[in-house]
Amino acid sequence: MTAGFGSGKSVSAGRRARAVSRAIGAALPAATTLASLLGLCLLWGLAAGMWPSRALPPPLEVWRVLLKEAASGDLGYHLAMTLWRVVAAYLVAMIVGSVIGVLLGRYWRADSFFNPWLVLFLNLPALVVIVLAYIWFGLTEAAAIGAVAINKIPNVIVTMREGARALDPRYAEMATVYRLGPLDHVRHILMPQLQPYFAAASRSGIALIWKIVLVVELLGRSNGVGFQIYLYFQIFDVAAILAYTLAFVAIMLLIELFLVQPLERHATRWRSRSA
Amino acid sequence: MQPAGVAAPLKVDISEKTFRSAEGVTIVALRGLSFEVRQGEFACLLGPSGCGKTTTLRILLGLDRQFSGSYQLPEGGSNRVAAVFQEPVLLPWRTVEQNVRLALSARLRDKDLDRLFEILGLSSMRSLYPSELSLGLARRAALARAFATEPAILFLDEPFTSLDERTADRLRRLLMTVWAARPTTALMVTHNLREALLLADRIIVLSPRPAQVLGIFDVGLSRHLRDAPALDNLVSDFHKTFPDAV
Repeated sequence: MTAGFGSGKSVSAGRRARAVSRAIGAALPAATTLASLLGLCLLWGLAAGMWPSRALPPPLEVWRVLLKEAASGDLGYHLAMTLWRVVAAYLVAMIVGSVIGVLLGRYWRADSFFNPWLVLFLNLPALVVIVLAYIWFGLTEAAAIGAVAINKIPNVIVTMREGARALDPRYAEMATVYRLGPLDHVRHILMPQLQPYFAAASRSGIALIWKIVLVVELLGRSNGVGFQIYLYFQIFDVAAILAYTLAFVAIMLLIELFLVQPLERHATRWRSRSA
Repeated sequence: MQPAGVAAPLKVDISEKTFRSAEGVTIVALRGLSFEVRQGEFACLLGPSGCGKTTTLRILLGLDRQFSGSYQLPEGGSNRVAAVFQEPVLLPWRTVEQNVRLALSARLRDKDLDRLFEILGLSSMRSLYPSELSLGLARRAALARAFATEPAILFLDEPFTSLDERTADRLRRLLMTVWAARPTTALMVTHNLREALLLADRIIVLSPRPAQVLGIFDVGLSRHLRDAPALDNLVSDFHKTFPDAV
């Protein structure tokens, strides 16, 4: 009896200990990230303290500018303009690139014909595409977003083409025998097989796209983070440049954490549960 | 339950099927292959490895259209064909139940599958993903998918290979149980004589490549009487009739 109670207690204690260690296990990566970022800020603060200069403002100064810009509404407006261009260019690039990539992966004749075009576009400098887009289509929003998308599309095509080549013919045959409709085929056979490639193209895409969006804004738009950075570059206000940059990086980090990663976990749930 | 495939038998008449190898050499896989499977009958296509059994099945499934000749599929049931492949070919990103329902026509998508899952012992595994199943269970899910579609004809391509003998045997008996619940015209490809003798009404014996029909072996013995000694007798009968086959 007593032995029974004792073992019961130790079992519940063991369970509590496991729960605690699980909680620590979950909190540890977050704590590590936070400590790492704080360390970087500290290093930056020390450097700025040792060599005081307008070219390297301390973190607190940047923070102050950030709050001021946010309070005036400028920060929110320009961030929103940039974010909308990033999202628009991302959607255009992913959709167009995926469709072309899958087609090239499925039809090798088309692939061998268009491959030189692809190599050409892959090696076309972003700056050239942007300048030509502005010259040919004017300083418009569509030209800006189109130019960014064209810079990204070849990368998406290459990745998705790889994915389409790796499609397992057995699943397609199963779908033929059981007469799956075209919609079911895309949703249940094609998309799940392409998902890892889509995720890879998407991940490398979003980082590239936002960097190109800044260049587009600098060259031919009158708002957005890129425009603001150009403005503050002309008056040599490094604190404001850093404030805008870090604010946008923070937004991209939040998107990654709260949108991209949960979506990816959902898409690969069947993988994580494998026995 | 009404018998399936009332209208017509399966008629196969393939005059020639050739493959071109990588070096450009033409290989004749099938030549003058013709046979019939009566409606409601379970037939086996028995032949040595590489004789063109799977090729025949791929033609009948509509997966290979590069051949000369013709075939006629039976009608009835949902007027569909169903297949159990050599591997289960379940979608790893869909649960067992989703895999089964996906194969169903829009009209049948929401039908009650409880009994089918019950017979196949899959009731507690409907919400699992295929990677969580053993190979034996995955095969059962593939059988469930095939029978759920209420097909006019069922094709099975060596569905019990790469299983240990005990699991394979249990699955053969399960196959007979679900088949008996809704006798469907079925054609199974195998190179395992005992398996064919256990399951089939008639065995269509094929020659080595290019495959031709050597003859038909009528098993004739009621299925529930086919125990081990009865099978031994059938095997020796078979060898008397077809001394050169398999």
